[in-house]
Amino acid sequence: MGQEGNCKTKGDYLALSKSITIFDRSTPGLSGLDLPEIQKEASHFIPEKYLRKKKPILPEVSENEVVRHYIGLSIKNHHIDKGLYPLGSCTMKYNPKVNDRAAMLPGFTDIHPFQPESTVQGALELLYNLAELLGEISGMDDVTLQPVAGAHGEFTSLLMIRAYHTKIGNPRQTVVFPDSAHGTNPASVTMAGYKSVQIKSGQDGLVDVSTLKAAMNENVAAFMLTNPNTLGLFDKNILEIADIVHSVGAQFYMDGANLNALLGRVKPAEMGFDIVHFNLHKTFSTPHGGGGPGAGALGLKKHLSPFMPSPIVVKNGDKYGLDYDRPDSIGKVHSFYGNFANLVRGYTYIRQLGLDGLRSVSENAVINANYLMANLKAFYDLPYDRTCMHEFVLSGERQKKAGVRTTDIAKRLMDFGFHPPTVYFPLIVSEAMMIEPTESESKAELDRFIEAMIQIAREVEEKPDIIKTAPHNTPVGRMDEGKAARDLVVKWSPITEHC
Amino acid sequence: MSYIPNTDAQRHEMLKAAGVQNFDELFERAVPRKLWDNTEFKMPPPLSELEVSVLLNELSSKNICTSEIISFIGAGVYNHYMPAAVNALLFRSEFYTAYTPYQAEVAQGTLQSIFEYQTMVSEILGMEVSNASMYDGATACAEAALIASAHTGRNKILVPRTLHPNYAAVTSTYLSGLPIAVDTLPASDGLIDIESAMKMIDDKTAAVLIQQPNFLGLLEDVEPIIESAHKAGALAVMVVDPITLGVLKSPGEYGADIAVAEGQPFGIPQAFGGPLLGMMAVNKNLVRRLPGRLVGKTIDSRGNEGFCLTLQTREQHIRRNKATSNICTNQALCALAATIYLSLLGPGGLKHLGELALENSHYAYDKAVNIKGFSSKFDSPFFREFVVETSVKPSKLIEKALLKGILPGVDLSVFDIGLDNCLMLAFTEMTGKTQIDKLVQVLSGL
Repeated sequence: MGQEGNCKTKGDYLALSKSITIFDRSTPGLSGLDLPEIQKEASHFIPEKYLRKKKPILPEVSENEVVRHYIGLSIKNHHIDKGLYPLGSCTMKYNPKVNDRAAMLPGFTDIHPFQPESTVQGALELLYNLAELLGEISGMDDVTLQPVAGAHGEFTSLLMIRAYHTKIGNPRQTVVFPDSAHGTNPASVTMAGYKSVQIKSGQDGLVDVSTLKAAMNENVAAFMLTNPNTLGLFDKNILEIADIVHSVGAQFYMDGANLNALLGRVKPAEMGFDIVHFNLHKTFSTPHGGGGPGAGALGLKKHLSPFMPSPIVVKNGDKYGLDYDRPDSIGKVHSFYGNFANLVRGYTYIRQLGLDGLRSVSENAVINANYLMANLKAFYDLPYDRTCMHEFVLSGERQKKAGVRTTDIAKRLMDFGFHPPTVYFPLIVSEAMMIEPTESESKAELDRFIEAMIQIAREVEEKPDIIKTAPHNTPVGRMDEGKAARDLVVKWSPITEHC
Repeated sequence: MSYIPNTDAQRHEMLKAAGVQNFDELFERAVPRKLWDNTEFKMPPPLSELEVSVLLNELSSKNICTSEIISFIGAGVYNHYMPAAVNALLFRSEFYTAYTPYQAEVAQGTLQSIFEYQTMVSEILGMEVSNASMYDGATACAEAALIASAHTGRNKILVPRTLHPNYAAVTSTYLSGLPIAVDTLPASDGLIDIESAMKMIDDKTAAVLIQQPNFLGLLEDVEPIIESAHKAGALAVMVVDPITLGVLKSPGEYGADIAVAEGQPFGIPQAFGGPLLGMMAVNKNLVRRLPGRLVGKTIDSRGNEGFCLTLQTREQHIRRNKATSNICTNQALCALAATIYLSLLGPGGLKHLGELALENSHYAYDKAVNIKGFSSKFDSPFFREFVVETSVKPSKLIEKALLKGILPGVDLSVFDIGLDNCLMLAFTEMTGKTQIDKLVQVLSGL
């Protein structure tokens, strides 16, 4: 095992316990997969100059050792099948098992994107139908399924908006968004070649209409808004905002990360948005997989349709096909047609739930969040004390005054078996804790969470050290993130460096 | 609905705690009634789990899949054998239903597996640092161009005509909003035209992209291009098929500055082209320009070694409009599949798989070019894919072969690369002598 971690801090720690990687389990000569015999060496087919000289280091491990290693790793994770995961803005809801079984059917896993259309009619039919359903849910005229993550959808939208403005004369120069926006919004703006204009939210946490008016002009390509926003608040002035945006010819973009709160009740199109991204891995229950893959479909109004990524799925009579003949398309944003397997999962979910199920999702998500908020606001600051949607944001200011930071509270929550909320976001709330329980949690589980949060609030007064040194019941103690950045070690190495 | 764990009575109790009598009253406090009172949704009725399973089975069975037909289709996604242990581990809830490991103390499983992934990718690509994954090979390629432009302060990217057309398309879309020009390096005989390349690489060039083996399966003469790029102060970006890298020279050995790859061959199903796995690795001088997540090793408060996300100041949630990329959610589970797959394979297995593909493709080539109406299109060395020119239109050929249980390859006329009447065939360990003999028999009989 490499000693990198050890060297620079020698003396600081006693009995340093090493991490055992799959490389440390390697024994030369072992393998975890038998393969058919080969007859001839590579040099028989390929001139020497193309051949590899320096062999890559990969572990040499039997199958059972591989299984044991990754099972050993897996049990160190918190996950939604184990318990509450109230990570705000991430919608960590239960992922129904039937979705996965559907996605793993051989007719879906074992088809190639370049197969003749006649051999993938079921896949194309599914994509076509899913687009129709997402169109109905959002009220939008058209849907593209190609983007594979929320940020990818944002970026794709901005390129479509650029193409739209260019087509009618001028691509424009800036994109406006509130200071409560997800970080992906401004990052996507830059990648799409626009300048970011961030506007300050009003005292109520919503878009300040006069600030917005002042920021809007003929140079603005789009206004990006998350609604409900990252405080979990629905912007009640949404129709007026849409009018202001449209009055200068700008496009109104909805970051759909929080669509869970609106399912089967409010249509983004009817709020005046021109384009919205869906996070299928949030709203439509596809598993988060430790950080992806996601799926970031877009719903859009028809004036933006010509610019959708190519190809699009079309239906002719009872046959489905892929249409590449899209002269105004922005082009491709993915190697093929998006994260198909996740689209299968999302489709399964929507078809099973139907409208009643979707309405039940939004109802329970909103009730759960308000129930938590009502029970916690006496113990933590609630900067925006209003009915919330699917999530709400507490501030740890009161606890900070007693010497305990939000990050400490987050770590302490782990000792109670809960994943912490999203912390230090949105940026407009100091010591923020953004809590999204989702519809998947029972009242009993929420009550346990409330109890833990109240106990922590008491501990802040009575024994703050237990919080500041948390977590105590996790596989590892608090990680030194500063050291990770200072002494950058991003791969395993057999050689002892720095010693 | 079976995914909601509360009863009406419990909901009522919760609503009361929130100070209202019913849900509409609560919702109205948050959302103006006119936005939801009359909203209509035309949706199909809900289905039971049984009914939805039947529906999805029906859709699935309308597809012809490569487990019931012999396929020689490749071009960026390949039909490889899936070791049973990969999915057995991948579908563990602990990996499958967790999210981004922002809270390291309850995510060591995910974090360590990414650290192992980064090590394997760095090793295979022969580079110093790998990130935690990108969406796919094409977007990794586009992001590599962005890194190069930011690093060199230049605004011209040279994309060879021998690069996968979809990668070229995605790269060009990604850069379309920025003042960065994408120029095409011409090809001759299926390879980058070295003389033209030498002329086109200049002091405005941020990066030269080179795919090895290229889109047509052929081996490019990489050295002179990289040498010329470096002489001009440009970066060399290599796009590779990682399954070849037990055998072929790595991007690192060629002296590439950035290496990207489509990781789908490593334990990820074809799944109609997604989810895929974008691999990206760079040399140390570019580490702060890497897009997306990166895991580093550190120590915890108890003295244990462990892992956490690192250099996050590159990323969108901290740096916002100055971030190196907008990427947030990536392809973590696909990266885990690749990590498990490579752990099973080991260095010998990786080389062996490459050799199997090589042997199979050459066995098939020798037979295919001797079939009446088929001829070899290019003469250069190839790896696991080759192109034949056909006297019959490839689309017709594919249609007929399909009736005999064969998907013979990709019709290259669908790409705008001047290769009409050309069919490209791909090989893996799944297409051995038995499958190839059947292919030859079918093609000979058409």
